Formats: sequence, structure tokens, C-alpha cells
Amino acid sequence: MRVADNLNAALHDLLDRDPRAYLLGEDITDQYGGAFKISRGLSERFPGRVLSTPISEGALTGMAAGLALAGDTAIAEIMFGDFVTLAFDQLVNFAAKSVTMYGKRLPLRMVVRCPSGGGRGYGPTHSQSPQKHLLGVPGLAIYEVSPFHDNHAVFGAMLDRGEPCVLFEDKVLYTRPMYPAAEPFRLTPPETPDGFARVALPGGDPDCVIIATGGTAHKALAAMRALLLEDEITAALLVPSRLYPFDFPAAIGAANTVFVVEESTAGGTWGAEVAHVLHGRMWDRLARPVQLVHSADSIIPTAAHLEERVLVSESSIHRAIRKALRG
Amino acid sequence: MTDLLDRPPGGLPYPGGDGDDLELMLMIRAFEYKLLDLFAAGMLNGTTHTCLGQEHVPVALSPLMDPRDHVFSNHRGHGHYLARYRDPHGLLAEIMGREGAVCGGVGGSQHIHRDRYMSTGVQGESLPVAAGVALHLSRAEPGAAAWAYIGDGTFGEGAVYEALNIAALWRLPVVVVVENNGIAQSTPTSAHLAGTIAGRAAAFGVPHLAIGSTDPAEIRDIVAGPLGHVRAGRGPLVLEFRTHRLGPHSKGDDTRDEQALREARAGDWYHRYAAADPAGLARVESEQRAYVAAVADEVAARPPSTGRAACG
Repeated sequence: MRVADNLNAALHDLLDRDPRAYLLGEDITDQYGGAFKISRGLSERFPGRVLSTPISEGALTGMAAGLALAGDTAIAEIMFGDFVTLAFDQLVNFAAKSVTMYGKRLPLRMVVRCPSGGGRGYGPTHSQSPQKHLLGVPGLAIYEVSPFHDNHAVFGAMLDRGEPCVLFEDKVLYTRPMYPAAEPFRLTPPETPDGFARVALPGGDPDCVIIATGGTAHKALAAMRALLLEDEITAALLVPSRLYPFDFPAAIGAANTVFVVEESTAGGTWGAEVAHVLHGRMWDRLARPVQLVHSADSIIPTAAHLEERVLVSESSIHRAIRKALRG
Repeated sequence: MTDLLDRPPGGLPYPGGDGDDLELMLMIRAFEYKLLDLFAAGMLNGTTHTCLGQEHVPVALSPLMDPRDHVFSNHRGHGHYLARYRDPHGLLAEIMGREGAVCGGVGGSQHIHRDRYMSTGVQGESLPVAAGVALHLSRAEPGAAAWAYIGDGTFGEGAVYEALNIAALWRLPVVVVVENNGIAQSTPTSAHLAGTIAGRAAAFGVPHLAIGSTDPAEIRDIVAGPLGHVRAGRGPLVLEFRTHRLGPHSKGDDTRDEQALREARAGDWYHRYAAADPAGLARVESEQRAYVAAVADEVAARPPSTGRAACG
């Protein structure tokens, strides 16, 4: 099953089970079914609860918050994650703050979905990974779709938090398979719906651990294969579903070398937050500071050969790890 | 917990009759003057925005609000809250950070939530939220509406237009109450608003009423019919009140010249009552001032708030 189909099925299931669930977004109704077809079939099956809005990211996010405030379950789709900047006030100053700023817990069942990332030639304003702009907001949880996390369970986990969540969905992932074959590595599924999936060689301690976002997991996995075959470096991959708040991963084991991989461009990254958490917990046993692997400090160009130079890739992950461990 | 707030331990129940608009308007006015006094005396933290001169708007509208209606207020919202709940103790405790505070002292003057009432401190932010709530109401509780108080300055925010567009398209039960007091902080309307508010409503095909009256009963007569259309599912309504801000934007930051202030004072609803029954007005005013003074003394003596809301 493709990741897109898993997401679509999860939304079907959510709207089917919860008669108070709504989906709002631009061009999401059938026959169009959303720019990336993730909402295909939903408006025909759940008329009146799947609503195409005008081009108003701020308003549709605010309306989702209003529905949640009234006790409904609200899913909003921002067509391109880049446009979540237009909903920043509603997310940060309204929805997230409302959960606690009135002196009590005011639960909001609300998820804002953001297709994100590059690799498809959409250019500087349609290719970003804006996760980092939403980190560190009290009452706002950040998730990312991964091929190792069933989205039925992830939606359940997000809504059970009772606070607004933003779900980033790497566009490149949509057409990739769920639970991709990882040989010779073995997948250990997450223990909780939004916990860490682990992909590693059976037995023994790896030379290093890679913590990678869902959208970069397949690149990290390909780099792990190359590192094993070409450099005899063993790595274990940890993939979270929830990026923020970031829980210290017990599955990191006895590792003393850690890399954090994400597609964000340089500066103020999620990886820096992860490194901070890890340094606080395991500084004494680290062989070197946690190393960040991400895209370049650049806007994301459109032409394929230029975009490729900027975005994090299998080879840039491979290079960074080989250089750190082999010099 | 509503009972507790209406009759706080050791507090004085609000003495006004339910139907007495003048008492309520003067209570709100006395409350706002008391806040300015408390600020001057260094007894309040942060800032506050008084609604002096605009008290009649929520007093007129609150009886038209169904208990199922949601109300969204803004930074200048003390009158909105007091007209709905008649709870000066809870509000002052919130503003002073004292026990019994509506939101535990976390929200303060401009972030209040109680039942179906909510205020937020960012201009225009509440309109999309009100539209979302109205979407819920239109399905789950037909006949109920979402009200949003905004100012003339709020029309500088794009969120207003996004929300008006969708509310009109989807015929959502939203009532936008514009308290047009002719000034946004220090910027007169003539310097921040091209065209008119009526023109904006017309652009979205939304009915608009310009209301200059300061008489609550007359205002209710004007609003009742169009409000019925909102409740019947015909879409939003914009009520534009021509009001006057008698006081500063927040504490002591009024930069208007004497003539502008004279004009604002000339539009005050107070004069109409003073002309009709000066002795009666003086009596009620004195009662309300004494009541609010007693509320303030009682609340000021309370221990600090715990950060936990006194009501759900």
C-alpha cells in the first residue's frame, strides 16, 4: 500500500467512526479530491463534512479551531505546507494558546495537515519543510508522516492529545510504499502509535544511530545500505512520528554516535532541538556531539539539478556519516 | 461554578435588576473608572483597555443573545463580559490576579473564557473561529449564532475578509458587532480605513445596519428583525455601532486634541439620561460606584490567584 492510500484510508476511517469529524481545505472535494488526492472519495461519502474552502489558509485553520472549540473533530488541509505561514496566527496565537491560556485545560481535537518537502521541482515557495517554524510552541504538537507508522493510529494519537497538532506529509512519500522492505535490516514497529520505529541489523550494537524524519527515512535507509556495503559501518535508524515535543528515544540503546537527518534547510532546525535533548541525557557517553544532517542554507531552486544540490539526499547522509566515522 | 462567581464568598451580589439597562451601563462605567484608578494607584499589572462610552452596545445586545449563542470578544471586552454575566468580582479578580479569577489570572483583561464566551487579544483573529463555531451551530444547534465584537481598526486585518467571505458563502449564523469608535489606538478612522464598513459588508452581500442610537431598547428593536434572519439560516449580519471612546486606548495614552475629546464626550449616552432625569441618574450612578468600590475593596483583599480558572 502506498503512503497516500494509507493516509486516505485513515481519513475515511476517521470520518466514518466520528460523526462529528470535519475536513476543511482547498480543492479537497471530489472529483478533484485534493491537490495530492489524499482526500479522494471523502466528500462523496461524507457530504457536508468535507468542505472545500476559498483560498484562505488563515480562515480555514481558524474555522477548524472554531469547530474544535465547539467540541467537534476538525482536520484542516493546507494545500502546500509552505502556506502554513498564512495560518501562523491561528495556530500559534489562537489554537495552541487556547488550550491553556484560560487557566484550565481547554481540549481541542484538531489536526492541520501540511504536504511538505521538495524533490518535485515545485520551486522555492512550494517545496519547503516548515516544521522548524512551529517548534517550541506550548500546546502545539508537530508530527510527520512516516512509512513505518500507520496513519489510522497516528490520527488517533494526535486527536487524543486534545491540543492542536500539525501533521507534515512529505510529498515524495505519497507514492512510496508503507513498510518498505528493509533487508538486510529488520523493522521493529513503534511501541506506541506515535513512538519510534527502529530499523537495524538484528543483534549487536550498531556503530551509530540515525534519527530521521518520516520524509527522509527512505534516504537514510538507502545511506545505511551503502555505509554497510561500502564502508562496513553499521547504523540503526530511529524514525519518530511526533517531532515535537520530542521524547528521548529509549531505543537509542548504548549508542555513542548519533546523527539527526531532516529535509529542513540549515538554521534553527528540528535536529538542533533533538541534539539539545540528547546532549542533556547522554553527553557523558557520546563519542562526539550529535551531528545534524539537513538541506543547505538556501532557498529551494526549481530546476532539478539545482534542487538536488540543496536538498538532503542519500549521498549527503552517506558522506556525512562516513566522514564523521572514517575521516 | 457560575453560582460561585455570581455570589462570591464574602462578595456582594450584583444589586441591579435584570431588566435595568441604565444600572448595568453605569456599573460597567464605574468598573472601568475603578480600573483606571487602580492603575493610577499602581495596583494593577500590565495593561487594560476600557470601554468607556461604549457600554450601551453590549447592554443592548446581551438580552438578544440566546444562552446557546457563542460570544467572541476582543481587547476592549470588559463591558461584553459584564453585560453577559454581571460578574465584576470574577473579572476584577482576573485583572488583579486574585482568588476567584475567571481564568485564574492567566488570561487577564483580554483573554477570558467562560462557557460560551471567549475573548482574545489579536485583532481579527476571532472572526474565522466564530465562523467555525457558527458552522458547528448551523448543524448541531440550528437557531443559535456566533457573535464577534470587533472595532473599526480590526478591518485592517485580512482575517476579517476571509471569514466574512466564507460566512456569507456558507450562510453561517455569524453576527459581527462593529464598535466603530472612530479611532484605532491613536489612528483616526480617516487615516486607517478607505471606503466604508457598509461598503465592505455590501461587497460580500452581507446585510449591514448602521446604528447611531445609544438607547438599548431602541437598538434591540432595530436589531431584532435582521437577527431573526441570521437565526433562520440566511447568513451573517454586520451591526456597525457609531460609538465614542471616552477614555484612552489603554491607560494614559490618549493623544487626541481637546476638540476631538469634546466631540467624543458630546456623543456619550450619559447625557441623554442626564437630560431626562438628572436626579435619578445621579442616584443610580452613586449606587453603582459604591457597589463597584466595595467589589474592588473585597477583591483586592483576596489572596493571589492560583492560575486555575474559577469557572469552566
